[in-house]
Amino acid sequence: MKILGKITITICGLLLLFFTSDFPDWGDVNSPASTHLSPYFIEHTIEDTAVPNIVTSVLADYRGYDTMFETTVILTAGLACFLLLRIPRKDSIHRYYRHEPTGVTIRVEGDRYPKGSNVFTRIDSSWVPYDLIINFTCRLLIHFIQLFALYVVAHGHHSPGGGFQGGVLLGASVILFAISGNLRAAIKRFGEKTAAILSSTGVFIYAGAGALCLFIGEQFLNYSALGPLLGTDRIMARSHGILIVEIGVAMAVMAVMIWIYYNLSSAGKQDEGL
Amino acid sequence: MELFSFIVAKADYWAYVILMMVGLYALIAKNNLVKKIVGMTIFQTAIILFYVSIGYKKGATIPILHHGSDHGGEALAAHGAHAAAHGTQEVAEQAAHAVAHAGEAAVKAMDYINPLPHVLMLTAIVVGVATLGVALALAMKVYKEYGTLEEDEINQQLRNG
Amino acid sequence: MIWPIDLIILGLVIVSAVAAITVKDLLSAAVLLGAYSFLLCLLWAVMGAVDVAFTEATVGAGVSTVFCVAAVFHTTRRTKD
Repeated sequence: MKILGKITITICGLLLLFFTSDFPDWGDVNSPASTHLSPYFIEHTIEDTAVPNIVTSVLADYRGYDTMFETTVILTAGLACFLLLRIPRKDSIHRYYRHEPTGVTIRVEGDRYPKGSNVFTRIDSSWVPYDLIINFTCRLLIHFIQLFALYVVAHGHHSPGGGFQGGVLLGASVILFAISGNLRAAIKRFGEKTAAILSSTGVFIYAGAGALCLFIGEQFLNYSALGPLLGTDRIMARSHGILIVEIGVAMAVMAVMIWIYYNLSSAGKQDEGL
Repeated sequence: MELFSFIVAKADYWAYVILMMVGLYALIAKNNLVKKIVGMTIFQTAIILFYVSIGYKKGATIPILHHGSDHGGEALAAHGAHAAAHGTQEVAEQAAHAVAHAGEAAVKAMDYINPLPHVLMLTAIVVGVATLGVALALAMKVYKEYGTLEEDEINQQLRNG
Repeated sequence: MIWPIDLIILGLVIVSAVAAITVKDLLSAAVLLGAYSFLLCLLWAVMGAVDVAFTEATVGAGVSTVFCVAAVFHTTRRTKD
């Protein structure tokens, strides 16, 4: 298999290297990719959508359908992870408890665990002692990460960023919380149900913004139709429509990233994890 | 000198081909499932790298239009275009010309990097991490079933029934 | 003077890609994949694709490394090749 692989990649690589000589030079201003469609986007973005960041305007406005279905693909991936890995909680489960005054760990079978006790605390099977530095640093950082993520979502019109990056940052902040503390604390704050509802709500906001334009009487995802609703002219309405769509994307991406992490890190038990 | 400029103009493409072949080799020849997933990610990023480098223009800046001090002018131009949309076709064309040649508000495509590949690849990266999650979930499922991630050991177990 | 840093980063990217698929430990492979993603992010920032660089920095170097580590944590670090 190794020899076969080496032969294959040598032949493929040589063919591809041979045909790179037909490509335009690297950084060529007049390459075919840069002369047909993209000059229109660059020159007309401001007058069409009033958004200076061309990437955002192309992403959410000119190619709105593409991004909508990409968001749907992400939701589908989250659902696929859930359906592949999630296992319902079994009755014959065993849990570990730590007796705080003595530091003794006990293993409890079934439902006979000490509820509401202040001397016993539930721990993971691969328990490590509480680390003050890691916990404190992560708790300090998480707020700033979330604030920055909201800035990235809201300011995507004028600077690099947008729904995808902001959503992933928001998801990463919750994942950081789950890693620095334990998974149960994160699930208590941002549960699986919340993730499922938020991810589908995000896709619904995107598709709903498009459908609203359809009901008002223009094409699907033509945000100019939202102008009278938002109290602005048709150009600024496109800018606001892009913001609405970006918020939907951010919600969907955040929830799906957290959901996939929960399922991967706990192997579907959502009980104890990394 | 001719050869040197040829190499400089094409060296990046050669690097992408090498990266892509590294990923393809991992997909074909590696025995471990997680290694195959790593190879898949490398293959994917090589293609993304190729697309982004197609959009690069020498001497151009990032695809965010310059705005700020001349923002009023831009807004004015946008309003002009908006008002013209309600007028006759001829007036609209004149207004569009006026907008295009309105000094500071005019945007030349030569000055900005091609944004279209960036948009396509931005969504591809995020979808890539979602599919990476699904692939890792499948690998974990396989490990739970067979107790190994090596492909030949899984085949052995399948053959033995 | 963009050429030198560009080619240096490309060389590092190829080295880390080869390292990620040859190392005989899956946890190291996951971490090397994160390093590879971060070098790619640098390369895209040099090429002027700021949005793509931002996405790769958050997604490739951040979340996908965590996913790989989580999967390796629940399976095994051992690998024959």
